[in-house]
Amino acid sequence: MKDLQNDTADRAQAYQAARMRRAVIEMCRGPGQGYAGQGLELADVMAVLFHGHLREQDRFVLSTGHAAIALYAALWSIGRMTDEQIRTYGYDGTHVEESPLDDLDGFEVTGGSLGQGPSQAAGMALGERMRGSDAHVVCEVSDGELQEGSVWEAVMFAAARDLSNLTLLVNDNGEQADGATAEVLGIGPLAPKFEAFGLHAISVDGHDIPALRDALDAARAHDGPAAVIARTVPGKGVTTFDRFARVHYVRTDADTWQNAADELDAALAALG
Amino acid sequence: MLDPEDKDAGRRVVEAPFAAALSRLMDARDDLCVVTADLSKWTDVLPFAKAHPDRFVQVGMAEQNLMGVTAGLAKTGLLPIAVTFGVFATRRAYDQIAMSLATRPCKAIIAGFLPGLDSRFRGTHQAIDDLAIIRSLPGVTVIDPGDATELEEAVVAAADRDGLTYVRCSRGRAEALFEPAPFRIGPPRQLADGDGGMGVVTTGAATRWVAEIRPPGVAHLHVPTLKPFPAGEVAAFALDHARVVSVENHLLHGGLGASVAQAMAARGVATPLDARGIDDRWGEYGRPEYSRDRLGLGPDALRAVLSGERVAA
Ligand SMILES: Cc1ncc(C[n+]2csc(CCOP(=O)(O)OP(=O)(O)O)c2C)c(N)n1
Ligand SMILES: [Mg+2]
Repeated sequence: MKDLQNDTADRAQAYQAARMRRAVIEMCRGPGQGYAGQGLELADVMAVLFHGHLREQDRFVLSTGHAAIALYAALWSIGRMTDEQIRTYGYDGTHVEESPLDDLDGFEVTGGSLGQGPSQAAGMALGERMRGSDAHVVCEVSDGELQEGSVWEAVMFAAARDLSNLTLLVNDNGEQADGATAEVLGIGPLAPKFEAFGLHAISVDGHDIPALRDALDAARAHDGPAAVIARTVPGKGVTTFDRFARVHYVRTDADTWQNAADELDAALAALG
Repeated sequence: MLDPEDKDAGRRVVEAPFAAALSRLMDARDDLCVVTADLSKWTDVLPFAKAHPDRFVQVGMAEQNLMGVTAGLAKTGLLPIAVTFGVFATRRAYDQIAMSLATRPCKAIIAGFLPGLDSRFRGTHQAIDDLAIIRSLPGVTVIDPGDATELEEAVVAAADRDGLTYVRCSRGRAEALFEPAPFRIGPPRQLADGDGGMGVVTTGAATRWVAEIRPPGVAHLHVPTLKPFPAGEVAAFALDHARVVSVENHLLHGGLGASVAQAMAARGVATPLDARGIDDRWGEYGRPEYSRDRLGLGPDALRAVLSGERVAA
């Protein structure tokens, strides 16, 4: 019975992830540019979070502002954004900004100045606890953001205040603005760092849906704050985007966007 | 967006003036080093980093550390240039700039990229408050170059100045308005004489905005140095005109307009001043042409202001 349920969840979440990837391509191909790598790499994580893990009362904090495209796709996949809305991504005057502020529905924090999500997430986790709510706070943070000292101030605080209702979800894609994170300023190994700072750390393949589900469940169940370190691959899910795996921002021609859309349409048909 | 973008065709452009300045400084002196916080590809530092890896310091995405490390390097006798976007330099690391760099003060340069509405990203990347923030620090020199030639020369000039200097910088292909000439920190440049009616004072990109649409008869004073502010010259310019307009790629609060008003008031110059800039709000998301229009700083709006058709409320 359990296996059957899991099987259904796997398929449903894989389908939602493919839909989100398709939405990411749709958002970028109008303007011909966007944070496609981040949108594609986060689709599996977002599918698990928004199609199962997060409950009504829970809060999701996207710390990495420029990864907003992944949250737009997730909000679209649950019907909180329309086709028309997401198609304005990147255009002058849009509310679907490449790096939005927290005056936009669904965005708990202004994330474009990186490294400010974890402190706010910790404040929310504490506030929810003080108010007697059982809400859980999941905060996405990128590997590049871990270089900001503010992130570790938040981690120390979460551990010292024993914020069991807080999960940090690290999008460890190995890349940042100037190149590979390991070359710009090595930050690894991550799990021992989080453990040393008092968090329970769980490392997971960010594209293995069942493993992601288990990791997030274990983090939630842990008595104390936890970090799920999800190893992701930029551009994941579109084979022709392999060549963008090392670029922070994708700008390319209409044919390339069309090929990606075709590939994802085929994947969706196979899953559907 | 983080990518160098083509500016409008038809204007004179120069490739990567900041990179040119770094290369000239490296040729001329042996104490230079360049420090960045994960933004070398996005600020025209990459050529320098490749040519002089031993003089390039990458601190990762950590702006407080950037300013602290820069101060440490300066305290060993090197001339460090800290390079990041203006928003992250001034907002994120203000205390480090103040306490680590500005008290002695250290001799160092901070290059703040994406000034004003240069970036599409509303709020997070548009440095609309950097001049106000950095100008308030005791003793800091603040420059908002009017074009690519001035940017290059200002960085070169800053290297010969004592203390801490903040220069607003543009990356990639930058518009050129002037012929290259050595930069003098402080004095304004009179770009056009007028008929004594309208005089306009500008700094930074706003100098180009105005130069493109300036009606005949309007006198134009370009003030690239915000600090030390050439208050005497600006007040004298205002005294010579019946009306004065100031235009800046920045909030009205604490930038050029505020400095012009203070310079005039302190000298009893009662010429009416119409200060134009971003009025106590976040910017707009979009390309600079778009956000300028939306914020009342587009070519049509400025033409109307300078021809006297539109006056301050
Ligand atoms: C405080 C701050 N400093 C610098 C930047 C400029 N910046 C934008 S993205 C980025 C790289 C961050 O690394 P990561 O989030 O891991 O990038 P990705 O993997 O998405 O390429 C930098 C330095 C910023 N947005 N905020
Ligand atoms: Mg990364």
